Amino acid sequence: MATASSARQSQQWVGQPLQRREDSRFLRGTGRYTDDVPHAFALHVAFVRSPIAFGVIRSIEVTRALEIPGVVAVLTSADLGHPSLTGFLDRDEFVTTSMPILAHERVRFVGEPIAIVVATDRYIAEDAVEAVACEIDELTAIVTMDDQVPSQIPIHDAAPDGVLVDLRMFTDDELEGVLAASPLVVDETFRSGRLQAAPMEGRGALAEWIDRDDQLVVTVSTQLPHQVRTGIAQALGLVERQVRVIVPDVGGGFGFKAVLGREEVAVAAAARILGRPVRWAEDRLESLTASFQGREQEYTVRAGFTEDGVLTGLAADIRCNVGAYSAFPFTCGLEPIMAATEFLGVYKVPRYASRSRGIASNKPPSNAYRGVSRPQIVMVMEGLMDRAADRLGIDRVEIRRRNTIRPEDFPYTGPNGITYEPGSYLEALELCAAQVQQLGWWQRREEAAPGFIRGIGIANFSERNAYGTATMGLRRMPMTPGFEVAHLTMDASGDVTLTSGTCSAGQGHETTFAQIVADRLGIAPDRIKLRQGDTDLTSFGWGTFAGRSLVIGGGAAAVAARKLATQLKEVAAYLLSVSADDIELSNGNATVRVSGESMSIDDIAKTVHFRSHLLPAREEYLLESHGSADPSGMFSNGCHAALVEIDAGTGAVCVLDYLVVEDCGVIVNPLVVDGQVRGGIAQGIGSTLYEEAEYSSDGQPLAGSFMSYLVPTAAEMPPIAIHHLETPCYQTETGVKGMGEAGTIGAPAVILSALNDALRSRGAWLEHVPVTPADMQQLLALPIETESS
Amino acid sequence: MKPASFEYHRATTVSEALTFVNELGEDAKFIAGGQSLVPMMNFRLARPTALIDIMHIPKLNSIYRDGDSLIVGALTRHRTLELTTDASVVEGFALLSSAARWIGHTPIRTRGTIGGSLVHADASAEWCMMARLFDAQMTLEGPRGRRTVSSGDWFQGMFSTAADFNELLVEIQFISPRRYGALAEFARRHGDFALAAVAVAFDVVDDRLCNVGIVIGGVEGIPVRASEAETLLEGASLGAVDVEGAARSAAAGVEPMESEPGEAAYRRHLVDTLTRRAIHDALATRVQ
Repeated sequence: MATASSARQSQQWVGQPLQRREDSRFLRGTGRYTDDVPHAFALHVAFVRSPIAFGVIRSIEVTRALEIPGVVAVLTSADLGHPSLTGFLDRDEFVTTSMPILAHERVRFVGEPIAIVVATDRYIAEDAVEAVACEIDELTAIVTMDDQVPSQIPIHDAAPDGVLVDLRMFTDDELEGVLAASPLVVDETFRSGRLQAAPMEGRGALAEWIDRDDQLVVTVSTQLPHQVRTGIAQALGLVERQVRVIVPDVGGGFGFKAVLGREEVAVAAAARILGRPVRWAEDRLESLTASFQGREQEYTVRAGFTEDGVLTGLAADIRCNVGAYSAFPFTCGLEPIMAATEFLGVYKVPRYASRSRGIASNKPPSNAYRGVSRPQIVMVMEGLMDRAADRLGIDRVEIRRRNTIRPEDFPYTGPNGITYEPGSYLEALELCAAQVQQLGWWQRREEAAPGFIRGIGIANFSERNAYGTATMGLRRMPMTPGFEVAHLTMDASGDVTLTSGTCSAGQGHETTFAQIVADRLGIAPDRIKLRQGDTDLTSFGWGTFAGRSLVIGGGAAAVAARKLATQLKEVAAYLLSVSADDIELSNGNATVRVSGESMSIDDIAKTVHFRSHLLPAREEYLLESHGSADPSGMFSNGCHAALVEIDAGTGAVCVLDYLVVEDCGVIVNPLVVDGQVRGGIAQGIGSTLYEEAEYSSDGQPLAGSFMSYLVPTAAEMPPIAIHHLETPCYQTETGVKGMGEAGTIGAPAVILSALNDALRSRGAWLEHVPVTPADMQQLLALPIETESS
Repeated sequence: MKPASFEYHRATTVSEALTFVNELGEDAKFIAGGQSLVPMMNFRLARPTALIDIMHIPKLNSIYRDGDSLIVGALTRHRTLELTTDASVVEGFALLSSAARWIGHTPIRTRGTIGGSLVHADASAEWCMMARLFDAQMTLEGPRGRRTVSSGDWFQGMFSTAADFNELLVEIQFISPRRYGALAEFARRHGDFALAAVAVAFDVVDDRLCNVGIVIGGVEGIPVRASEAETLLEGASLGAVDVEGAARSAAAGVEPMESEPGEAAYRRHLVDTLTRRAIHDALATRVQ
């Protein structure tokens, strides 16, 4: 809770644009990623993968592969003892299915691992992969959510209709009546394409059984060290202590690594069985086609509006193509639950009902991807606003203004049962609209060259983040994330080691956590070292995802720092013969407020360690503390605007300019916040105009490299101006709200809004992403509707 | 994504390269900058048993003028051509430098070679288009000695040329200079292979267009000349160039590849747009 004392907390470091401590090694190539961790004796792995989307395995013939010099083993599911991972939700509407570590009996997507080849190097391993002969009876692939093949076996026997989860979390008996009575009902279907998070570093693992510790040590590129430990232990029949997960630098996660992949478990299993160190680095083909994907969703919505453009009610039917398996630990319920729960965003919707389904297909399983369903629901809500504004002849900003939750409404509880803490929803919208005006965008909109059309989009949205135990508990997972525990130790030279169960995937934890702790201890951030990503060195934690690290992990660090500060003050008070309340910690010193007498914190540390006889006898020695945090979850918010131009000659879309107003509460480091916003927008623009993990009708992946999976480059990025608002969070000691996903969430909605603005004169309307130039050209080729027609 | 095993041989002269290929046979492959071959090997789409590295043959990296012709050694890097703008060398071929800028990204251009691009024969490759536009003559060295193939005969189909496996492309002679020209391309992202590209070049005599060349890349399996559109523009007076007509004619004349429904129609539309833009841009180079 924000207390008077924390409000008084001096903020010498929090708020400073400190260069990230991580940058030096990341930018100079001296970081250490999983595949950089040296091991002189490690064997290398390649996976035999299914060439077809759906089929029944008849036989796997490995003899020829084993004859290749350098091949150590070829292991199938049977050789591993048929291990599997099961993501589980304790809900009747959820069909429990397991994901075998290696395909057993059936293959369910192209690229699914069937066998693990272990060899002296990756080249030989790939030669051996070619020598393994799999006999598979091919079945008809289920590719889209509308594919049905009743004449054959289903993807999972437990789900004959292919529906893995079917949630009706929100119902309202009066909604239909309200819609029927509404002067306007906007009835639309929105779609979004399948995506891949495409981090620079793919997944990877290095596993070795260490007899001395009776322990399997697994170095792995993940966002969830402790959940990976749990999953590997469960799959291999070990207890938690017998698995140590070490996470070195991670080259991007974006939710793609908020999961335990089957390959990582297979590598661990092979190391255990062979008694030799084994390593695997996912290559780009594997990463794009055989890992985790997400975002293939369809929303059929009906929204009622009054003549004044005020929402009366909303009914949503949400379908998510979750792929062939339910991922561990967050399950295939992740996207449908998120979409249904947080659909309403920053708007007041009096009545709401939704059905949300996760539907199986013969594609790689879906998992969290930065924003999880929020990019879609915001795109849908903003699309509804634009559509209603057009139909009712109301200005697009004005209709948003009329529906946005207002300052006096907080704390506001929506029909989704969520209570929203204060945010700057209306202020962000007004500031964004004013900036668009001030920057002359409306003029620029009219200044397109012949053959080009321009449009302006606006998207007002929130980003729920830092889901604590109370909120996660509602999902009914047997593993309920939420809290974090931080440990602080000050050593004899006065330097501090902080450990956290969160785990950086390339963000700025080492910098920002240190800023928070530094203010509380009165020392410089460079004296504080964050250790993370080692299950033997840190407390149990829930890793990094959904904007939780700085809020919950950083919040726990703040609590621990406050306690450590108390210890320092007590020692200083004793040595200076004053009361601890009279001591202030700042600039590396413990100072008596009244007299100005002081001693250095370094000296206090030295005394505590080396000259403990100068201090009174006590229960706790040394300078160590721990802190916990578990807020229920909160909403950051923001408003984006974009100016886009369509080239009618090619159908190409160029984002000319981009504007962001964001509010993530107290900003610890503006450089990190702006970096997160920009990176998120790049991914959001990618998902709107460039990226799609496309599949042929028989389930073959069509995007197997960066020549066909089009991640935007710097050249495709618009200039981005960022404005900050600050509504401090009252749930945490730091006032911080999470903000890692906001850019990704706002961008698709705002780009689509801008495109629809541009297309209005052509009588065209878009409600899917990605929008390709070919799509656009086709739209523009349509006969133009005129006012009179 | 690791290649199947292969032998590696380094040649330092043309004759050494030819000796290697003679010994190693059809499954060996010359490698220059490797910008296309290496990815194909990593995907195991190409599985040469041996690579003969010709990158260290010093004499093949050259650009010089010979009368009206521009003669470019096969190992000349894209980047070198991009940076060669000296009028005494490239007069009549100024478009080559701006075309080079469309090739991938700088690191690719510093490594990839013009000869490698022409032998790989991607229909959207800028050098393949330029070869057609400026009537290049490709000089090959092989077991039967030296021979020259005109650009019209060079491209035999997608990724297929008139060169035999044991022949080495050593030199490219661009023989038809044209004072004005432009290349218009469309790709999804900067640096990607073009979905369609149109190059236009011409001279102007007595305020009339002559020697009009129009080449369309990335649309059919090989780069093609839009001969009807060329005829339409030939002799047109500067004040009355039928840009729309030429664009329509170029678009009508192509038979675009189609791997998904609607793709052919879209590519045809792009040809129309890009032809218009290329002609406009080429005319604009005259004004400058």
